[in-house]
Amino acid sequence: MTDAMLLSVVVLAALIVLAMVRLFAGPTAPDRVVALDAVNTLTVAAMILLGVVYQQIIFIDVAIVYALLSFVGTLYIAKYLGGEI
Amino acid sequence: MNPVIEVLFFVLIALGLFFMFIGPLGLIRMPDFYTRAHASGKCDSLGEGLLLLGFILYEGFTFNMVKLVFLILFIYILTPTATYAIVRAAYVIGLKPWKVGDERR
Repeated sequence: MTDAMLLSVVVLAALIVLAMVRLFAGPTAPDRVVALDAVNTLTVAAMILLGVVYQQIIFIDVAIVYALLSFVGTLYIAKYLGGEI
Repeated sequence: MNPVIEVLFFVLIALGLFFMFIGPLGLIRMPDFYTRAHASGKCDSLGEGLLLLGFILYEGFTFNMVKLVFLILFIYILTPTATYAIVRAAYVIGLKPWKVGDERR
């Protein structure tokens, strides 16, 4: 069980690298923001996996705060790109 | 752990990882911004939701389960809002949608 979950963490790390390709190569700014959003989502999933595997409650708290902060960041960049601030 | 719950856990984790794989794959393969945002939205809500549902089954009735339920609620409300905001901003600054026959961007 634990081996399968640690393997899932490795898969999620590989997917983060895959999303990073678009983060660096994206031709326009919105492309990069969407790629960053995907990276944040994958990071939250990996944090929760590690927290469940090692029975560390603090990882799940950190994941909740990370998800909320990444939402605020994406929304703020979107407002900036749209010219509303 | 109950074997039925164990099988259900593995199925949910596998489905979640599959949809998590859809997101970066779409980000790399799709031809323009709007289709990429569509693929990334699947990864955000569906993949993460299924993974968290699997973890809830793994945890059972503990205090962590309550936190995971709250995280599912946050993610289902917040990530579609973020995707909507960034797509709207791209539309406002004049990014044209891709049509069949255009070159890939």
